[in-house]
Amino acid sequence: MNDRSERTDNMVSYLIRNARILGGAPQDLHLADGVVQAIGTGLAVEADIEIDATGMIALPGLVDLHTHLREPGREDAETVLTGTQAAAMGGFTAVHAMANTTPVADTAGVVEQVWRLGQEAGYCDVQPVGAVTVGLEGKKLAELGAMHESAAGVRVFSDDGKCVDDAVLMRRALEYVKAFDGVVAQHAQEPRLTEGAQMNEGQVSGELGLGGWPAVAEESIIARDVLLAAHVGSRLHVCHLSTAGSVEIVRWAKSKGWDVTAEVTPHHLLLTDELVRSYDPVYKVNPPLRTAEDVQALRKALADGTIDAVATDHAPHPAEDKDCEWAVAAMGMVGLETALSVVQQTMVDTGLLNWEGVADRMSHRPARIGRLTGHGRPISVGEPANLVLFDPAYRGAVNPETFATRSRNTPYKGMDLPGRVHATFLRGRATVLAGELAEQGGLV
Amino acid sequence: MKRHLVSAADLSRDDALLILDTAEELAQLSGRAVKKLPTLRGRTVVNLFFEDSTRTKTSFEAAEKRLSADVINFSAKGSSVSKGESLKDTALTLQAMGADAVVIRHHASGAPARLAQSDWLHGSVINAGDGTHEHPTQALLDAFTMRRHLNAGLGNDLAGRRVTIVGDILHSRVARSNVHLLTTLGAQVTFVAPPTLLPIGIENWPCEVSYDLDSVLPKTDALMMLRVQRERMNAAFFPTEREYSRRYGMNGIRMAQLPGHAIVMHPGPMVRGMEITAEVADSPRCTVVEQVANGVSVRMAVLYLLLGGATLADAPAAPRTDSVETAQ
Repeated sequence: MNDRSERTDNMVSYLIRNARILGGAPQDLHLADGVVQAIGTGLAVEADIEIDATGMIALPGLVDLHTHLREPGREDAETVLTGTQAAAMGGFTAVHAMANTTPVADTAGVVEQVWRLGQEAGYCDVQPVGAVTVGLEGKKLAELGAMHESAAGVRVFSDDGKCVDDAVLMRRALEYVKAFDGVVAQHAQEPRLTEGAQMNEGQVSGELGLGGWPAVAEESIIARDVLLAAHVGSRLHVCHLSTAGSVEIVRWAKSKGWDVTAEVTPHHLLLTDELVRSYDPVYKVNPPLRTAEDVQALRKALADGTIDAVATDHAPHPAEDKDCEWAVAAMGMVGLETALSVVQQTMVDTGLLNWEGVADRMSHRPARIGRLTGHGRPISVGEPANLVLFDPAYRGAVNPETFATRSRNTPYKGMDLPGRVHATFLRGRATVLAGELAEQGGLV
Repeated sequence: MKRHLVSAADLSRDDALLILDTAEELAQLSGRAVKKLPTLRGRTVVNLFFEDSTRTKTSFEAAEKRLSADVINFSAKGSSVSKGESLKDTALTLQAMGADAVVIRHHASGAPARLAQSDWLHGSVINAGDGTHEHPTQALLDAFTMRRHLNAGLGNDLAGRRVTIVGDILHSRVARSNVHLLTTLGAQVTFVAPPTLLPIGIENWPCEVSYDLDSVLPKTDALMMLRVQRERMNAAFFPTEREYSRRYGMNGIRMAQLPGHAIVMHPGPMVRGMEITAEVADSPRCTVVEQVANGVSVRMAVLYLLLGGATLADAPAAPRTDSVETAQ
């Protein structure tokens, strides 16, 4: 276990040469004592380590609103340590750990445990998400206030993996979290419409004979929830929005001035249900991969800000849960280590978003939604040194064997994706340097 | 032909005709006193059945034995599969036993495709029905039966023949395989069902769709009735059994609307009184029993063509060999 106070005393300082901050003109950055000490061209300062960042983009440390770290309970798939190492490798400095662990993160005790494991690992800030209902069962509100008041300071609540489908319960949750500026992050999935659902309902599901997960099952819940949020004057966040119709509903809700935010996953920005024709469960995910029209609508909505954030829905699974027939395979994909590359390919290289926009959707806005005060900050003097250096010129095939995550269920295996994280800094410490993970969290 | 038979869509017109023609040659055997051929002697065929199926399993077994294959029946019930063994480990086990072909019936759509694409086993994979996906040998025996009645003769296809398939299209692997194969052979397929029992996106399939059985009957050369499970009405696919029978069931009055040459088919098992009345099921137009006999011949042809390419000399009247090829 690391002694955090000792680390502060021995902090390494960095001089980063010629980084393009948010894609702008090359500048030097001096990081010391956990903050950005200076920014300028040709900085003449002494530092322990100098990094040549020529050609690299400097972004604020990424913030993930949707990460499954699996601990406690499924340490065979991921632990807080390996999950946050993967996060650091992907350029993240903060992740929101979803509540569907075993036991469920529905009490102050469990969220504090997860939060403390994150502190001990030291690779990335872990902000636990609290369950909305006891045991994710959708019957009884969990002690939301106790989780908020715990050391973990929970503000985001979600039954992710399951939908809070009871309209009264959803209304009460939305109302209740207003007392501490909380937000309910809804996994929008009408349960009756998705019984036996295996993939997006459409042309492909009909041909493959796989149970359909219709877009309307997502859209009907989002429509109800934005109306509920408006009615009680609360904050709603829509998890992993995946259809063109959902985009229209969120756009409408925002036009009304309602406090509704939404996220999209990298895989829904790139992949379609045509891939399911292989019956390879690596493409099995919830919500399912949709159509090319949906993908285009999601990209456009992320570009125009209707969708606020990219969130990975990093969902590690052991090999045996994917090395099987489609119907019994687990749903989910790992995504922390490929998120920024997928966003470059789908949003930046297509001209839909510049790097400033990427910083907004992957750092500023998700931090604001989660009310994380130390993350998603501007890159300027005096700010906490949460940074990622990203080399957008890199091209290479994705090799899951190099991942830091304990699981290998990536849909991008062998795919050429652009860009690579060169370094990640968490409050001035390199968690990743020269593309390699720091030996111990935050210690290089 | 490919190394596996997973989907009827994998079959080209030439592949399909080769199978049907080979099946015709092999069918002559069933009239003999000694029905056995030595073609697959020493080859091991595993029947891997994860789902109950008396008729398909029996049919494959008869086909394998008539070709002298060593037959291993691996049923999910009473095996380690019921104790939680994965499909992968089962496949690795069969590979270790030296299976040259695996005939698989599985409740999960895509399970045969997984087996065929994986490196878990190296033999041929023959889909004997997967979930609500496909059942290609059923489609082959249906096409074989249709050809005999509607356009008999080696080398003939089903060009211009009108095939109407009625019932639970949504959950039917028979319908999916048939639409691929019959279209490949030139037939025009019409699905008839209540809208609830048709898949989303059906308008893009290579077939016509009707909600009205009576209007389609006079334009039908072969009518295929699909089994409708009674439990579907509990999920609100239709209101009652009686209403389904009235609107989509085949009875004597409707049979009279068919052209004189038209046949009535059913993949079995029939639910008499539901989708078909006894009057139709027992009529001379109904080919249900004939389909069962044809099933053995067609499955022999499939096994023979996928596995037996090297031993053609043992075959009776040797079928064409030019497109028998085992590379994937």
